[in-house]
Amino acid sequence: MTNRRSSYEGVAVAVPVTVPYVRYSTRNAHWFIGQALQALVKASGLAKEQIDGLTVSSFSLSPDTAVGVTQHLGLSPRWLDHIPTGGASGVMSLRRAARAVQAGDAEVVACVAADTNHVDSFRLTLGSFSHFARDASYPYGSGGPNSIFAFITANYMRTFGATREDFGRIAVDQRSNAMKNPNALFKRPLTLDEYMAARPISDPIHLFDCVMPCAGAEAFLVMREERARELGLPHALVRGAIERHNAYADDPVMVRGGWRMDRDELYAQACATPADIQFVQTYDDYPVIVMLQFEDLGFCDKGGGSAFVRAHTMTHDGSFPNNTSGGQLSVGQAGAAGGFLGMTEAIRQLTGQAGERAVRDAKLGLVTGFGMVTYDRCLCTGAVILGSSS
Amino acid sequence: MTMPLMKPKRKNPVLRTRQMNLPPWARGRVALGMTAAAAEGRFELQVCKDCSAVQYPPREACHRCLSARLQWRAQSGEGTLLGTTTLHHSNDPFFRERLPWRLGLVQLAAGPSVIVHLHGEVGEAPAPVKVGARLDRAGQAVLIGFPSEGSEHMADDKMLREMTSDPKFRKVLVTDGKTAVGQAIVQALVKAGADIVWVGHAEPWKKLPGFDDVTKLPQVTLVPLDLTNGRSVSELAGEIGGKVDIVINNAEVHRAFGIAARRGTDVAKAEMDINYFGLLRLAQEFGPALRGRSADGVTHAAAWVNLLSIYALANYPPHGTFSASKAAAYSLAQCLRAEMRPAGIRVVNVFPGPIDDEWNQNLPPPKVAPAAIASAIVKALRDGVEDVYPGDVAQEWLERWRDNPKVLERELAAGLT
Repeated sequence: MTNRRSSYEGVAVAVPVTVPYVRYSTRNAHWFIGQALQALVKASGLAKEQIDGLTVSSFSLSPDTAVGVTQHLGLSPRWLDHIPTGGASGVMSLRRAARAVQAGDAEVVACVAADTNHVDSFRLTLGSFSHFARDASYPYGSGGPNSIFAFITANYMRTFGATREDFGRIAVDQRSNAMKNPNALFKRPLTLDEYMAARPISDPIHLFDCVMPCAGAEAFLVMREERARELGLPHALVRGAIERHNAYADDPVMVRGGWRMDRDELYAQACATPADIQFVQTYDDYPVIVMLQFEDLGFCDKGGGSAFVRAHTMTHDGSFPNNTSGGQLSVGQAGAAGGFLGMTEAIRQLTGQAGERAVRDAKLGLVTGFGMVTYDRCLCTGAVILGSSS
Repeated sequence: MTMPLMKPKRKNPVLRTRQMNLPPWARGRVALGMTAAAAEGRFELQVCKDCSAVQYPPREACHRCLSARLQWRAQSGEGTLLGTTTLHHSNDPFFRERLPWRLGLVQLAAGPSVIVHLHGEVGEAPAPVKVGARLDRAGQAVLIGFPSEGSEHMADDKMLREMTSDPKFRKVLVTDGKTAVGQAIVQALVKAGADIVWVGHAEPWKKLPGFDDVTKLPQVTLVPLDLTNGRSVSELAGEIGGKVDIVINNAEVHRAFGIAARRGTDVAKAEMDINYFGLLRLAQEFGPALRGRSADGVTHAAAWVNLLSIYALANYPPHGTFSASKAAAYSLAQCLRAEMRPAGIRVVNVFPGPIDDEWNQNLPPPKVAPAAIASAIVKALRDGVEDVYPGDVAQEWLERWRDNPKVLERELAAGLT
């Protein structure tokens, strides 16, 4: 029996900021990180020097790490972490920052994820993403994650009878949410017919199953609840958080993620059940992964994802609000910032900053992370339950 | 069923010849172990010496027991297809130019799941599939999912044809048609469907047995070629260099002497002049033309074959100067391979044991028959193999050399073969 982990009680997340996304940028990642930090300072009213903890997540920062960022931006934090775990970086940054403020290692931690996107940088990132990708996946068609998730999607469809229309529902509802998010790169609504008629990319993956790589940044602050109150910052509270890496490694193809392993503990920490969750921000690199998360986080049984999405509307005002910002599928994937998108959106929903896409009376939401396709699946999974402070 | 490849139409000389973009070639040092096996036609994965777990992708420590004792071991390749996809988009120029491209995810019976290029005869998942390793156009090992039983024309599969150097419909230069080996190579190429076989002959006045049988084949065209003469090589390259898809350099001089048995260096020079400098002259003249046509349609320039000798690995004192010339040629062939690799031209080195010809008259059997060398070369071109050791003697020498080169040196010095 392992020791029960300490609770995340008393940890607040606040000041969600987004540096507007652009398809391509000639700037470096440092520029986007700088913009994000400036936005955090402005929105919080804190002096730059009062931010004494920093986490940085980025793919395009190399050869710099979080260390180089401190000098570049003139920061002198007493606690620093570099969390280059892509889609899982939001959850993982929050978990680490939460422990740092609980322990008193830092008072205010800025969690920043930013990436630039030059015209050829996506190809270059893919080819050198990991040793395993270089040796065992990139030489096979160089489709990047598209072909990996095509296998996962094809296998899921064959095993559980899911159809393209089922995945289409997820994409279409997210696009509907994105119409109310001024930062979304996709400005036009998407119909199920358009989704179905899209060109194949790596079948059964078609165009609207894929995210658009872009440049941008997302960031938020983590501090103790009292500090947020002192500063008068609208904030949400961390109710529970989990992460897991390389779960179910013996499954020959991914049909479940690490969330399944730790979800009972997550809900126990939050003293909640799936039925209590009012909205979810799932990591949506591909719709099949959204469906896996509905199952693995206990909203339906394994294989029940298709029936679940048919039974629900996933818009912000629907019966099961999912990715109320529009998600990466409709907002864009600004590299590692894609792993923060759900976090900033959840904080906005719980602090009354979600504007016309607000989930009504939102008190409890779930944010997930999923990152790092080093070979044939994503290795990092994580989830956080956030609650409103009232 | 693979549709048989049709003979391509004559090339439109006005159009620009498409240039080669290699598939991704970067691999880590450990992963090159798979390439080393595939270069000889084997599919090997790392197997843990301590717990027997099979590893993939290649790695530094056992994923089950953390042992560092991972050994490359031959695999049957039996597996089950879990999923397929057809790529319609790629981030890499090589694949972009060849879309759509089909891939599969296979669970090997040995354990790991592997991503493979999928042969067209493999159906949809779930299906039994046989995984093999092949060198791709970058010269690096890739895994391919084959059907359990292939049909007659399976070699014509579009994806497979990109990996191999099949002589079918290709134009080939064989540098010496006068020898028994040369004639056997010509016969084998014609049988394999070569479109044109240019056959070099250095001394047209010599009438040698069997030569007429070769020259009367409709696919064969005799061309004057003397590898000791730079101008001869240059003239022929000017004439056919832009059309040759495969060069097979089998010309050699072989005399059976060591150092003390003969005075002077004339014979040794003659051996070097053909076996080493001949290759150099040929490569300088034909290499650039081959490199320029390595993406030129389904019959693109594909390969360069060197007839070396197993004596290139370790000197066989009774044939000491010949061994030295072949060792020099082997070293130069490695240079040629490095220079041809960026264009995707495969350099195939053939290391036969003693050939059953007049210069090995005094050697006891087993000796490798010319026809066996010829069929080994055609097989290597079809399978995309780059190092070939045809015959029992070559295989045994290779094993002994790999086991301990110093022990082999002592054995050869003692006249023990």
